[in-house]
Amino acid sequence: METLIASNISIEIGEGELVALVGINGVGKSTLLRSLSGVQELLKGDIRIKGKPLRSLSSEKLSELISIVLTEQPISKNLSVFELIALGRQPYTNWIGTLTSKDLKYIQNALKLVDIENLQHKKCYELSDGQLQKVLIARAIAQDTPLVILDEPTTHLDIYHQAYILKLLKKLTVQTKKSILFATHEINLALQLCDRIILMEQNKVSIGTPKQLIEEDVFSKMFPSDLIFFDKISQSFKIKT
Amino acid sequence: MPNQKKYTGLLVLLLVVVILTALVNISLGSVNIPLMDIFSAFFKEEVSSDSWRYIILEYRLPKVFTAILTGSGLAVSGLLMQTLFRNPLAGPYVLGLSSGASLGVALILMGASLFGGTMAGLLFSKWSLVIASSIGSLLVLLAVLLASSKLRDTMAILIIGLMFASLTAAIVSVLAYFSPAAQLQQYVFWSFGSLGNLSWEEVLILSIFWFIGILLAVTCIKNLNTLLLGEQYAKSLGVSISRNRMVIIIATSLLAGSITAFAGPIAFVGLAVPHLIRQVIPVNDHRILLPAVIMGGAILMLVCDIAAQLPGSQYTLPINAITSLIGAPVVIWLLIRKRKFLF
Repeated sequence: METLIASNISIEIGEGELVALVGINGVGKSTLLRSLSGVQELLKGDIRIKGKPLRSLSSEKLSELISIVLTEQPISKNLSVFELIALGRQPYTNWIGTLTSKDLKYIQNALKLVDIENLQHKKCYELSDGQLQKVLIARAIAQDTPLVILDEPTTHLDIYHQAYILKLLKKLTVQTKKSILFATHEINLALQLCDRIILMEQNKVSIGTPKQLIEEDVFSKMFPSDLIFFDKISQSFKIKT
Repeated sequence: MPNQKKYTGLLVLLLVVVILTALVNISLGSVNIPLMDIFSAFFKEEVSSDSWRYIILEYRLPKVFTAILTGSGLAVSGLLMQTLFRNPLAGPYVLGLSSGASLGVALILMGASLFGGTMAGLLFSKWSLVIASSIGSLLVLLAVLLASSKLRDTMAILIIGLMFASLTAAIVSVLAYFSPAAQLQQYVFWSFGSLGNLSWEEVLILSIFWFIGILLAVTCIKNLNTLLLGEQYAKSLGVSISRNRMVIIIATSLLAGSITAFAGPIAFVGLAVPHLIRQVIPVNDHRILLPAVIMGGAILMLVCDIAAQLPGSQYTLPINAITSLIGAPVVIWLLIRKRKFLF
């Protein structure tokens, strides 16, 4: 059986923008992100990066334009933090993956931007979930692509580290001028930090600044209304009492 | 990467150990030959006994080369499979190669009595077992490649390999059930594995397959490292998953298939050596792992062959049993000592 998930999506993301993708479970956020990043074949439609259609790009070329951060991948925990981040340079290294001084500079810069220089010699199995997430983000930064895509970067994290990661993403867009697109369920946090928000629903997709979307009152219809409601004053979801 | 410098010394040490164990291997056996005489035999000088020269050059030296080629080749194919499937239980035979080879050999040895005398003539040809097991592995390989070109999920290939293994094992059981004892024994002896039966000519053929297989593995080193992040990350880093998978499967098949054809199904080395090496060298960079595994495999096989010879006695134990008898306790001991499973 085929299920129609969100259709007629038309989105543009500008340079240096932090954009959150929100929507209920199963609406197709991950599918959209995987299609955008080239991990999954396009179902339909057209994606352009810097004017070039995604379909026409080889995976090598694409790896210089888009980097991804995914959760729950079978990553070898026996890698050191430095090694993992260094793998982000694979698109630029020679046939056997030798790091040049330029590559080392990008890796050091990524370590510094994400503020994990003190972790670089640790093995990944020694890290907490929050630290590992930062390492994966640093890897994407080292890949040096104009667009970074993250699929639910704040799952499994406590609220402090959720805020920390989102703050970090915001800082990265400002400092590196990279565009960052991420799927999230933390709407309350996204509203406070993101430049724009994409809300995916079954039949329509709304995009706008947090302020615009709140004014359009799109969030109050996002979920069934029996348990929670969107409180416009505090700009967050509240439990019905 | 800083790794390379750090571990160069260790790799050199491993190489020295390979050479030393090879020398000891040549020296020990049913007759023990002093090291000085081995050097004399190599450099065409006087050897204390003419039969020693013959034993060294025509018997022990080809056997040492066979041990090195099989040990290292199986270890590399085990490493390739473990990284490709991101599964520590994978070994060179997960794709069903040895089962295919077993089926080929079983058909020749035991099928002859079932299907009449047509194949009986083949039995006496020296090459018949090699050819039968090569054809068997090749057919399984083709089936796996066909399946892998249709499938996007790498894990499904693992399952399909296991299914092929069960299928062929079942056919072998049926054949064995109806076979007379003599043929059954021949088959069982083949399945024990053997390093000692190869002529220089066969060693040469084996080394050609080995060389091509290792060369292919070397070209995959960068992609193997990327695969440590999982397939989705690898894809986003520009790795062509299906093409890379194809190359790795072909390299594994060349190595494991040719080794099984010449030395029988020696299972354990391929599974164990990558784990042994990872316990000793806590690194997952294939630029270090690959050479380390090549030498580790060679060392384990040489040591096992020394033990299998039961130095000073007339008997030789089956190499397949010895690799497990020596290797398994070492892997268990290392895992317990470190208390940490590194993969």
